[in-house]
Amino acid sequence: MSKTIKLVYEVTADDFTRAGEASGDVKSKLKMMGVSPEAVRKVAIAMYEGEINMVIHAGGGRIDVEISESEVTVVLADKGPGIEDIEQAMQAGWSTAPDNVRSLGFGAGMGLPNIKKYSDFMDVKSQVGAGTTVTIKVLL
Amino acid sequence: MKFNNSVHLDTEKCKGCINCIKRCPTQAIRVRNGKAVIIKEFCIDCGECIRICPHHAKLPIYDPLPVLDDYEYTVALPAPSLYSQFNNLDDTDIVLRALLKIGFDNVYEVSSAAELVSEISRRYIAENEDKKPFISSACPSVVRLIRIRFPNLIEHIIPLSAPAEVAASLARKMASEKTGLPPDKIGIIFISPCPAKVTAVKNPIGIEKSDIDAVVAIKDVYPVMLNHMSHSDAVLEELSASGKIGVSWSRSGGEAGGLLTDSYLAADGIENVIKVLEDMEDQKFPDLNFIELNACFGGCVGGTLTVENPYVAKAKLDRLRKYMPVSKSRIGDMNPEPLFLQDKIEYIPVFKIGADMKESIAAMAKISELCDKFPGLDCGSCGAPTCRALAEDIVSGRANERDCIHLLRGYIHQLSEQFNLLDSYTKHGAADALSNVSDVKVE
Ligand SMILES: Nc1ncnc2c1ncn2[C@@H]1O[C@H](COP(=O)(O)OP(=O)(O)OP(=O)(O)O)[C@@H](O)[C@H]1O
Ligand code: SF4
Ligand SMILES: [Mg+2]
Repeated sequence: MSKTIKLVYEVTADDFTRAGEASGDVKSKLKMMGVSPEAVRKVAIAMYEGEINMVIHAGGGRIDVEISESEVTVVLADKGPGIEDIEQAMQAGWSTAPDNVRSLGFGAGMGLPNIKKYSDFMDVKSQVGAGTTVTIKVLL
Repeated sequence: MKFNNSVHLDTEKCKGCINCIKRCPTQAIRVRNGKAVIIKEFCIDCGECIRICPHHAKLPIYDPLPVLDDYEYTVALPAPSLYSQFNNLDDTDIVLRALLKIGFDNVYEVSSAAELVSEISRRYIAENEDKKPFISSACPSVVRLIRIRFPNLIEHIIPLSAPAEVAASLARKMASEKTGLPPDKIGIIFISPCPAKVTAVKNPIGIEKSDIDAVVAIKDVYPVMLNHMSHSDAVLEELSASGKIGVSWSRSGGEAGGLLTDSYLAADGIENVIKVLEDMEDQKFPDLNFIELNACFGGCVGGTLTVENPYVAKAKLDRLRKYMPVSKSRIGDMNPEPLFLQDKIEYIPVFKIGADMKESIAAMAKISELCDKFPGLDCGSCGAPTCRALAEDIVSGRANERDCIHLLRGYIHQLSEQFNLLDSYTKHGAADALSNVSDVKVE
């Protein structure tokens, strides 16, 4: 019997209205597994922000989630334009979100800072023109 | 933990179809041995199965009208939605007087208590800015849903009793002062739009015991009242103690309106409510003051124990409230303490699949293994609403793999192939093998 649960989500940018489904699914699974409400909240928010970024800034990608007895790891990998200056992107309020999504309330430049706030470990690797990989860990 | 719900199955009428299992928002219903069965812990009494059942086999539970005879003195607590059921009503006193004529000894309007709850809510929200957004606690279905599914939102529920409960305790006090009767001789009887309120009385959340003695249905009281709705005794003493704010509680947006703030959201219909709660959990709208949620479409006017179409009821209500004063009941120097819930609402993880993380991981792995095996048709033939729900049932020991008719077909197929094999084996292979044994004859 496997000691961890592995979940894979392909996120496409074709249907914007479906953005957030993957994190919603993980959220409901974690609740079923009896993970503490606080940890569920952290994973749900951090993963949601990462998922939305993938759709808005990178045209979609792939999310790998691994749930073990002690932690949840979320790896969001895309082949989008990449981030030039990660430090700047991490700053609250910095955003290059296009106008058409601002009307939906995105583009406050709070996504990456929120991931930092709601995770116990966060790593962003990015190469301009090649893509971005955001790794998030939440301890249970 | 005791779980109660207020939906009952008429087994004669139930055909074992899959309408209700598909519709139930918490996946609380299964078909077992050809009949629908409700998993009590999952049920939130939203009434969806009652609405959808084409055979009228799902029956709401409530008290019959003759319950009045059980008491020496009765007080009617009309839900504000009662007013919205009548044509051309321009005075709530007509309704209240009709209640007295059909046998109640006194009335206490829930809409009057609602105005008190509105006033205290305004105060509470202003004093607790840091805890917003606040979620209304008035719809018991919503509170029960949050309690089993949205642990992170429990702290946002405004810790006030629902207006019906507040009305009940004030009515009880009024009745015992007025009559001097012992408590068991006084009947506080709520006239309800929904069976969820019945459960809220039997199995209250946040308070020790409900002050309501019996819950009768609007649809039972309504036809009896019709003959007693007289516009001509308008000169009599005024009974009504509520205005626009109080009666508007019966429709979606009404409770929020009573808070005198623009910073709110009002969602109605249980599926919409769930979507809002999911979004709220992901902190998609932290800036609002108040979230009003009603399990029924249109708010309580859409409850399953009402008679009028909810949209028509809403229109009637708007007409009625037009020339009403904004409100008639105020807290004044009353002690607001009894309006607050006494106990914290606790999270009850009824959907949990394992006692600890280790068990849960094993169970989750088993569920996805099963899901891979099932055809993914969500056909409902197994009695569960989806293939995934069946997988969860199997892991929780509530069902069997072969409840899936598609897997069963596979097994039968396999089995019949084995039979064929066995058959040809006995005819040929075994015959050859046995031909050496002289005293055994094989045909
Ligand atoms: N996966 C990604 N690929 C390319 N660029 C990204 C990616 N994620 C973030 N960025 C860049 O980093 C910036 C900041 O991201 P962040 O999530 O903090 O804010 P936002 O997405 O612009 O707005 P908000 O998340 O508040 O809606 C983005 O505007 C974008 O320029
Ligand atoms: S919305 Fe009103 S009528 Fe419907 S379940 Fe909730 S309290 Fe009952
Ligand atoms: Mg973002």
